[in-house]
Amino acid sequence: MFYREAGDFSTTYAEDSQTFPIKFDRYRYYLVLVVAFGIIPFLINDYWANAVFVPFLIYAIAAIGLNILTGYCGQVSLGTGAFMAVGAYACYKLMTGFPDIPIAIHILISGGITAAVVTLFGLPSLRIKGFYLAVATLAAQFFLVWLFNKVPWFYNYSASGQISAPERSMFGIIFTGPNTEAWAKYLICLVFVTFAAIVARNLTRGSVGRSWMAIRDMDIAAEIIGVNPLKAKLTAFAVSGFFVGIAGALFFSVYLGAAEVGESFGIDKSFLVLFMIIIGGLGSIFGSFAGAAFMVLLPVFLKNVFVGWLGWPTDLAAHLQFIVSGGLIVVFLIMEPHGLAQLWRLAKEKLRIWPFPH
Amino acid sequence: MKKILTASLVALMAAGPAMADLVFPSLSYRTGPYGANGIPFADGYADYFTLLNERDGGIGGVPARVLECETGYNTEKGVECYESTKGEGALVYQPLSTGITYQLIPKATADGIPVHSMGYGRTSAKNGQVFRNIFNYPANYWDGASHAVNHVLDLNGGDVSGKKIALVYHNSAYGKEPIRTLEELSKKHGYELMLVPVDHPGQEQKSQWLQIRQQRPDYVFMWGWGVMNQVAIQEASNIRFNMENFIGIWWSGSENDVLPAGDGANGYKALTFHNLGKDYPLYDDLQKYVVDAGKAAGAGDQLGTALYNRGMYAAMLAAEAAKTAQEIHGTADITAAMMRDGMEALEMTEAKMEALGLPKFGPEFTVSCENHGGNGLGAVAQWDASAGAWSLITEYGPSDQDVIGALVAEDSAAFAAENNIEPGCS
Amino acid sequence: MPDQLLFAIEVTLNGLMAGVLYALVALGFVLIYKASGIFNYAQGVMALFAALTLVGIMEGQVPFSHLINAIFGTEIHHFGWHVPALAAIILTIAVMVVFAWLVQVLIFRHLVNQEPILLFMATIGLAYFLEGFGDLMWGSDIKKLDVGLPQGINGWIDQTTFDAFGYGFFIDNLDISATIVAIILVAGLIIFSQYTKQGRALRAVADDHQAALSVGISLNFIWVLVWSVAGFVALVAGIMWGAKSGVQFSLSLIALKALPVLMLGGFTSIPGAIVGGLIIGVGEKLFEFLIGPMVGGATENWFAYVLALLFLVFRPQGLFGEKIIERV
Repeated sequence: MFYREAGDFSTTYAEDSQTFPIKFDRYRYYLVLVVAFGIIPFLINDYWANAVFVPFLIYAIAAIGLNILTGYCGQVSLGTGAFMAVGAYACYKLMTGFPDIPIAIHILISGGITAAVVTLFGLPSLRIKGFYLAVATLAAQFFLVWLFNKVPWFYNYSASGQISAPERSMFGIIFTGPNTEAWAKYLICLVFVTFAAIVARNLTRGSVGRSWMAIRDMDIAAEIIGVNPLKAKLTAFAVSGFFVGIAGALFFSVYLGAAEVGESFGIDKSFLVLFMIIIGGLGSIFGSFAGAAFMVLLPVFLKNVFVGWLGWPTDLAAHLQFIVSGGLIVVFLIMEPHGLAQLWRLAKEKLRIWPFPH
Repeated sequence: MKKILTASLVALMAAGPAMADLVFPSLSYRTGPYGANGIPFADGYADYFTLLNERDGGIGGVPARVLECETGYNTEKGVECYESTKGEGALVYQPLSTGITYQLIPKATADGIPVHSMGYGRTSAKNGQVFRNIFNYPANYWDGASHAVNHVLDLNGGDVSGKKIALVYHNSAYGKEPIRTLEELSKKHGYELMLVPVDHPGQEQKSQWLQIRQQRPDYVFMWGWGVMNQVAIQEASNIRFNMENFIGIWWSGSENDVLPAGDGANGYKALTFHNLGKDYPLYDDLQKYVVDAGKAAGAGDQLGTALYNRGMYAAMLAAEAAKTAQEIHGTADITAAMMRDGMEALEMTEAKMEALGLPKFGPEFTVSCENHGGNGLGAVAQWDASAGAWSLITEYGPSDQDVIGALVAEDSAAFAAENNIEPGCS
Repeated sequence: MPDQLLFAIEVTLNGLMAGVLYALVALGFVLIYKASGIFNYAQGVMALFAALTLVGIMEGQVPFSHLINAIFGTEIHHFGWHVPALAAIILTIAVMVVFAWLVQVLIFRHLVNQEPILLFMATIGLAYFLEGFGDLMWGSDIKKLDVGLPQGINGWIDQTTFDAFGYGFFIDNLDISATIVAIILVAGLIIFSQYTKQGRALRAVADDHQAALSVGISLNFIWVLVWSVAGFVALVAGIMWGAKSGVQFSLSLIALKALPVLMLGGFTSIPGAIVGGLIIGVGEKLFEFLIGPMVGGATENWFAYVLALLFLVFRPQGLFGEKIIERV
């Protein structure tokens, strides 16, 4: 009834090609933005920021990045953890090297540096495909972790190799370091998420995105119809690297505040982000958010249920958490192989003809 | 309706005074790759407080409450645990992982909650003028490196020039800690240092131990953790390295590490800053009030193991610091800030340990604002495979404070500069 | 001979032995991938689970004792008996067969014809599940595994080479037995797939699912069979690796050691897994020996992958993989 194209007339080209052509969708989108920017920052406290919202937003950026590479361009990558580490270490070097420049600029530059590194590691994709490529990106994962651990320049020659984010502010508001207010952490991540989502959404709707999808669906066919595979694949690696780098920089500077490469950016992280996009839905920006929310919230939720409500010993709860998350992932893949985004799409289809389905 | 509301309100009020407990969060890890080591520590930590509650009715009359939160040795879960427990009035955090400690150093300082990283974490936190809320008594990694060298010096009549010492270490922040100290000490004593990193997780160490077999170092030190320990001890026994010359840090010195290698591990040495076994009056109480009463945190079969003792020791030090805080501030219901003062004024004497039923359990030490790291005393324990037990083979000895003091000052000054901290004691 | 050369030979020999151990893990991957196109990430966790089950049965542990004790307040841990190694191994194989059947019935039967990446993710979900389940069932402490395999330096080789070259080579007895077991295992697999009815059916399925179906081979049965065989291979790998380090959670991480072997040897070739394992084993050990000291050591983790990557750039399907033919 509310959700339909009928009666929604576009009178300009701009209106016709807008992101959310359906009015209901558009208002829903504005509503989400208003709640996210206007309401949550006033309600948020340390626990909700640090345990739920900040990791969710940061993982959403990383998931968008990986989704561009894997979901849109079809190149499976298992190096996300190490690529986030590139962003984190770049940000650390910039923060300590140029303390007066606003942190947001550092984060953007870190994204750029990561894009360059990821493109370099994307070169083998021109020859290697499928699982072979996935395993090849593991070479990047292990090599980069080793490198950041081994070369003292990256961690400013500190005794142990840990990096810690110093306090940095912008417009008089502290955004990194221990004295950051919960809402400031939340807002800076939210701004970057919004930026990433808008950029990604528009890129994937445009000619670049179409060339990625052509490569994904069948690279030889795409080449024949005139898509340059070198350009398409490497742009996908670069854009993906840019977002993943931003996520890594935020992860280190805003969320954790201190990090060690092997522990924070290990292979588990690569798998976690890959999980997010599969659960959420490959080739969908909404799916990246849904997947990130699912994978961040589920453990916190399960922990609170098992330990908080049922009062079980923490180790039993942790084991059950593994069992339940593993089981849920499998159930999800069986029930809806195309992820949460597909459920959303189906819901929209149903809505469109509701309440008169016939 | 009104009745029900009042009733539930009363119930809420009744639940209220529970907040007056002394809350000791325990960021444990009973799962994951290091779970086998986390379990005994967490059990020891919880059991000691259970004992205090059951036997003495708490600390200074206020019951202690241990809030356990599973981190799985994962930094992000550690953040979640910290945030979810700090609102409950947490008095002191024992992060139990180098990564989480580094996380909490700035956060806990900002929140005014003390952190006790006992024998791990950031070594330069010894300098309390910079790290106001961080404590790492009674000994730290650099002390450990020095103890190991001292032990080798003792074995060689004070002269180790020309000897070769290999350091087998976990290739991470933790494993790299002793390198600086060992390098400085090698300049001083003239031994040759050989570095042998092992990448996480350390299941395959053939090339490292072949290297050791070929280069024939006189002594091997180990900074290992998790599966790396078991494999290293197994490989050392495989290449017939003399176990008497193989010395591990305290985190490479639990029963878990030596048992899989069987008899091959006999004679292996490990550093420690507390005593081992369960031959203490306190353990009779633990058995009586906790284990036999069915209130033990674990299965009750870990009593007296190295890591259980360490967890118990950590709990004992926390309880003693809480008592000190209660004396200083004249109130039984202390806050985190008061706890900090108590930790800073903590003094462990032989008489005190004797009174607790733990004679000669740990070294004597005092904490002050300038020195959050205690006196840095440590001892060497040796594994007897046939008896299946560790025993101390040296007294608690001092570490080389000339060398370590300078390193601590340097590293803490760098931290202070990076974070705009004005060092001081006020 | 100069020392350096002797050392290099010793490192190479040990690399070959390590390669056999990697190949043992990689074999399980290849079997499943070949028969069903599933890249089974859970292979490492299966090795852990199999080894845990083996130790648990041998020691007479009560499964889920911790959970039972927590719920019912009981204090049970052990049945109080010890099962001899051989019987325990047979029981464990039975458990792995049941496991294979459950995996097929509950998971992969519902995922037929899905994209490979989804199947891959399903196995990661399975790996998570099994990690939690194994710990819940048998507890997460480190267990000593002793099935009577000899361990430690082989004295005879040490002595002989010492007499010949003036430097005794180090070869671990466990590695020697692992090599023998691996040879028997591969020979057994070859005999099984060449000379038995089920083995031939398995090869038919690997060649062409539809053709196999049309001649009356039950795909379901074959997949259960191949998961069971992979479970058995996992058990062997679990025993070999568990004997070195004790059975503990980290055992599941050996899967990461097998991935470069797979890349190099090709996902579909059993000889590829063996040869790949040997190349990776020797390559990473020699690199660590020759170049490692110059760059600070601990290179093995990434070098295996980089080596495999270099091979792939020249042969994108791996050394022994089937040529990838794409048609538009």
